[in-house]
Amino acid sequence: MRDIRQRAGILEAQHLVKDFRLRDGVRLSTLHAVKDVSFSLEPGRTVALVGESGSGKSTIARMMAKLETPSSGRVIIDGKPSADRGRGLAQYRRDVQMVFQDPFGSLNPFHTIRHHLERPLRIHHPGWSSSQVRNHAHELLERVQLTPASRFADRRPHELSGGQRQRVAIARALAPGARFIVADEPVSMLDVSIRLGVLNLLADLQREERLGVLYITHDLATARHFSDEILVMLRGEIVERGPSDRVILDPQHEYTKTLLDAAADPENLGMLRDEVRNGG
Amino acid sequence: MADARSRFRTLLPRRSAKLVGGFAIVGAIVLFAILGPLIAQPPRDSDNASLQQPSAEHWLGTSKLGYDVFSQLAWGTQGSLMIGLVAGIIALVLAVVFGVLAGYFGGFADEALSLFTNIMLVIPGLPLVMVIAAYVQRSEGLGDFARSSVLVAIVLGITGWAGSAVVLRAQAKSLRSREYVAAARVAGEKAWRVIFVEILPNLVPLLAAQFIFGIIFAILGEAGLSYLGLGATGSITWGTMLNDAQTGQAVGTGAWWWFVPPGAMIAALGAGLSLINFAIDEVVNPKLRLAPENARKVRRAARAGVGVTETGVIA
Repeated sequence: MRDIRQRAGILEAQHLVKDFRLRDGVRLSTLHAVKDVSFSLEPGRTVALVGESGSGKSTIARMMAKLETPSSGRVIIDGKPSADRGRGLAQYRRDVQMVFQDPFGSLNPFHTIRHHLERPLRIHHPGWSSSQVRNHAHELLERVQLTPASRFADRRPHELSGGQRQRVAIARALAPGARFIVADEPVSMLDVSIRLGVLNLLADLQREERLGVLYITHDLATARHFSDEILVMLRGEIVERGPSDRVILDPQHEYTKTLLDAAADPENLGMLRDEVRNGG
Repeated sequence: MADARSRFRTLLPRRSAKLVGGFAIVGAIVLFAILGPLIAQPPRDSDNASLQQPSAEHWLGTSKLGYDVFSQLAWGTQGSLMIGLVAGIIALVLAVVFGVLAGYFGGFADEALSLFTNIMLVIPGLPLVMVIAAYVQRSEGLGDFARSSVLVAIVLGITGWAGSAVVLRAQAKSLRSREYVAAARVAGEKAWRVIFVEILPNLVPLLAAQFIFGIIFAILGEAGLSYLGLGATGSITWGTMLNDAQTGQAVGTGAWWWFVPPGAMIAALGAGLSLINFAIDEVVNPKLRLAPENARKVRRAARAGVGVTETGVIA
């Protein structure tokens, strides 16, 4: 067991379990969405959580962002159990922020971009004056390359493209001064052509701020490219974990191999077409 | 702030025949309620000859007690609109409390609040209003307040919110699961701020529609109550006018000028508010906007001899 000084600056998930009770008429059943998952996030490192839809990745993201309460297990930050309410929760939110999957759903259509950035700044820096908040909001927009900031600040979400919205969502996550970012499939709803730009932005910010990032995705290629460690999830369990190159180049678990085979690979181009043509 | 105005602009109904017509009718009635009492004689002035036909002196004739009907109508419009407004506001506030809070918080709060809403919903409205009105008016210590229109408005308000609450609860439940609500929570927003700043603005068209529905319900309810003699006997409304006309046997004596004006006003206000409501509905559900235009296109095509009609394919 590492001592507390070494664990400072680390966000840990310890034996997270989440069960959902489903009600179908009078019958109750239990869905084990997440079964005993542990991992740790360190500053400046990215951990990728890879798995298919329904494997429990988003539930883990929501538990890390304190949107769901784990059925059992704990989230530890800086060696101390994290709070679920009050001042402790506010402190946790200052440290851990989330980028959501859907850039069209995660910004309130009623409010301007300025509102989305100024609110977290005001909440987490109650002492700031209005002009300080405004300047910081503009600074955040510039850091996610939405320039000139004054032009974007007064727009509303529907006037922005998907990629621009996701940049706003990233800026909002940075606003409280977070040390850890949970990115739940941040590019899966974006056009393929702009995905790399958003991911590169996230990677740049991570390097500059030494952020700990939990990158949730179903795409092994970007997981290898952007992360130091890969966790492969299947039906609520982590079936394989390790340094990203090792997981990609030397997969141990059957499921990881299946995932790798399913990924688009230049060598396999046209294989499906040939299969259909020849196989009849 | 300039952008605040543009934010609301997208929530406003588009200018359509329905909206313009509705506003014209309601605006005329409101103007009449404001200006009418200024030019009319006092409504309780019984110095006039009784049951006069409409004339230049008495534009809408006089009642059996010698009241000028035009004057009564002017004050009655004011009274009825006040009741509608007060009851509408009370009903809206209660609907937001019961509907939006139940929808947002879910769980036990939802169960308790919806149970109460459903109970209010299945109790037949008018009999409940009658019982409460009769009970409150007979209770002691209220003095003049027991006969005032404000009391009737309060009774109508606290009985007329359940339907709106059900609609708002469903919508709030749907908005609650949007990612921007989760994002606001992750940003550290307090629950009340999430409800009032993130969710409620997106409910504005719905709230407006429910408010207008509440006004119609209250004005019709007041007319019904007053007609039955349970209304605000201390003030003048369209309902008390109808009640007077009924007890004065206006129909039997052929005094149409006594009961037609208040009845026509109720119908006109109901129509005007409903037209505004339809226009708001088109904001909430843009598909409705297309429906009349599509129907028109089909008719035009049928007239031109192309397309599909009920009788079969023509072209």
